[in-house]
Amino acid sequence: MEILHMIFIAPFLDMVALPDLFFQGLWDGFVGGTLYALLALGFVLIFKASGVFNFSQPILMVLAALALVSFYEMGINPWISVALVLLLMYALAFGVERVILRNLVNQDGNILFMSTIGLTFVIIGAAQWIFGGVPRSMIHAELGFPVGSSEWPMFGGAVYFEHIDISAVVLASSLIAILAVFFSKTKIGRGLRAVADDHQAALSVGISLNQIWVIVWFVAGIVALVGGLFWGARSDVSFALQIIGLKALPVLIIGGFTSVPGAIIGGLIIGLGEKIFEIYWGPMMGGSVEGWFAYVIALVFLLFKPQGLFGEKIIERV
Amino acid sequence: MKKHIIGAAVALGTLFSTVSMSFAEELLVPHLTYRVGPFAANGTMGANAITDYFTMLNERDGGIGGLKVNPEECETGYNAQKGVECYESYRGKNPLMHIPNSTGITLQLLQKAPEDEVPIFTMGYGLSAAAKGETFPWAFNYPASYWSQMSSILSYIDSETGLKGKKIAFLYLDGGYGREPLPLLDQLEPKMGFETVRIPVAFADSQNQGSQWLTIRKEKPDWVVMWGWGVMNITAVKEAAKTRFPLDRFIGNWWSGGHVDVEALGMKAKGYKASNFTPAGRDFPVVQDVIKHVVSKGLTKTEPDMPGKVLYNRSLFMAVVMAEAIIEAQKLTGKANVTGADVRKGFEMIKLDEARLKELGFEGFTPVIGSCADHEGQGSIFVQQWNGKDWEKITDFIPPMTDIVQPLLTEAAEAYKSDKPGWKTQNCS
Repeated sequence: MEILHMIFIAPFLDMVALPDLFFQGLWDGFVGGTLYALLALGFVLIFKASGVFNFSQPILMVLAALALVSFYEMGINPWISVALVLLLMYALAFGVERVILRNLVNQDGNILFMSTIGLTFVIIGAAQWIFGGVPRSMIHAELGFPVGSSEWPMFGGAVYFEHIDISAVVLASSLIAILAVFFSKTKIGRGLRAVADDHQAALSVGISLNQIWVIVWFVAGIVALVGGLFWGARSDVSFALQIIGLKALPVLIIGGFTSVPGAIIGGLIIGLGEKIFEIYWGPMMGGSVEGWFAYVIALVFLLFKPQGLFGEKIIERV
Repeated sequence: MKKHIIGAAVALGTLFSTVSMSFAEELLVPHLTYRVGPFAANGTMGANAITDYFTMLNERDGGIGGLKVNPEECETGYNAQKGVECYESYRGKNPLMHIPNSTGITLQLLQKAPEDEVPIFTMGYGLSAAAKGETFPWAFNYPASYWSQMSSILSYIDSETGLKGKKIAFLYLDGGYGREPLPLLDQLEPKMGFETVRIPVAFADSQNQGSQWLTIRKEKPDWVVMWGWGVMNITAVKEAAKTRFPLDRFIGNWWSGGHVDVEALGMKAKGYKASNFTPAGRDFPVVQDVIKHVVSKGLTKTEPDMPGKVLYNRSLFMAVVMAEAIIEAQKLTGKANVTGADVRKGFEMIKLDEARLKELGFEGFTPVIGSCADHEGQGSIFVQQWNGKDWEKITDFIPPMTDIVQPLLTEAAEAYKSDKPGWKTQNCS
């Protein structure tokens, strides 16, 4: 009886007793969810263009953030540092297309997947060699993002809004919206969708596969930079950030590997769900449930809707 | 055919004599490092400091007892499996000791050390029960075990606000290291009349602790005590400030109080506290010697501003305890070319009292007095506080609650060996 009370009654009583804490949890979950959605978007773009789960997306985020901080520490203006990172991301996209994708075209998807694992370790080694392994502080204040926080008094308590979190939500949402429009309304976007549907057919109507791949990897690099900027601001810039990047996996399972709206909805489900579950049901299970909760939700989706909320249903005919 | 056999025998003889000569020519002190991986920043500083200290001894004194020290590194990436592989790679090379640099790796090696007769030295980490020398003849965790440290922290809290009736949130890295003090808290809670709320942080969530700090906000504890490592520390301090938890009621253990944990936050971390046993600063004669003989000469990977930082000085201190064990072993045997078994005895004979610490340039560090029965030294800690720019020592040395901790350590040591038939112990009476 007591256990039923702990599961079905006590958490809701806590929500009512401390509404400020509940709203704080919702806000923090919303911020986290938006950033998860952004991370997932990087995966979705590359999956749509080449049908490969890009294992190196998290380390791209670390690389972009580390490079940004390192350029600034060299005495370069922060916005010029951003431009240099974008240049670096373009060079990387170009290199990946030339060295990896071009040579592996029409190979099995597993081979492409393995190549992104290899790329991850190459980037880890190179980044550590060039930038070192010491954690750094993100330069969001130097870039003009607001710091500090605001309070919203509520029922004797308060909800705290970090200004950098507000910036993260606004910028990440804008970027997601821009990319959604870009890939659905522009010529390049239509090209991407054609490539995603059928490489051979896309080639036959004059779409350059190589050009699309470079663009998509470059856009994934931009997404990595924005993700690295805000995740770095929430803690610091270190190689441990790549672990957060892998949180995109359950988001993708929920939203579908090929859907931009799916990445957004999946990100929010995970972000909000894991926060609320950890606060109100976590202590009952010994805490630290946030790490696996996202995967439990993903598992449920795999059982009942394996293609995700918005993913394409793949029918293999024998 | 006979010629070939003789030739092969000569070649093998030469090879073996070369190998045995190489044993005689240097003192091999392997240390397992993690210059890569998620904890690379801390691991790199520690690895550099140990190597720097022995390089300094080689440069300044010609080594120890006339033999050069070889502080060879083996990279583990803080991974227990790789740690075991590193350990195995030193078989047959006469290592004088092993330095796992990870509680997870230590737990794997504890059973191997008695078989191989090479001591394991885990300064400030590892299994707390290894403090009991009679049960763990081959393991040493000077100057204090995690349990002793926790009891000193609780003493400090008691002296500040009283402990009875207080609620303490224990925020810990969810792994062997972070869970190590839990059995002690189980015992102390009812005895001392305080309550704990245990809040684990999964390694994957080290940089994403929003939920844990909302739980802390819900529970409204009087103090937060943290057993963190790496990026978990800086994230926790950031979250504490974000949730308006008073930072002067937030105290980390000695692995949560490095410069790397707060420097980037500056004034935002002002007030945060941590325990320590190795003061920060560049004015210590030993730090000056390292700068003069090693850093200035470019014989190191250490960046010039690293000597003097908390974690750097901690690893220098680790190296001096290692060196003292070798010196004691050389005194005991009367020979420079000692073995792991000799160094084990050397560890038990260590007498790093205040006079010896001053002589070595470590005045103000925690004394380490070894013995057959006591492999932790029951050393004291002090509390330091971040003033926005640097760590400030704010207390004198706080001794552990020996009367409470020692019986619990004995109990834990007995429990450890109870399911290991044939476990090698020693009699210290």
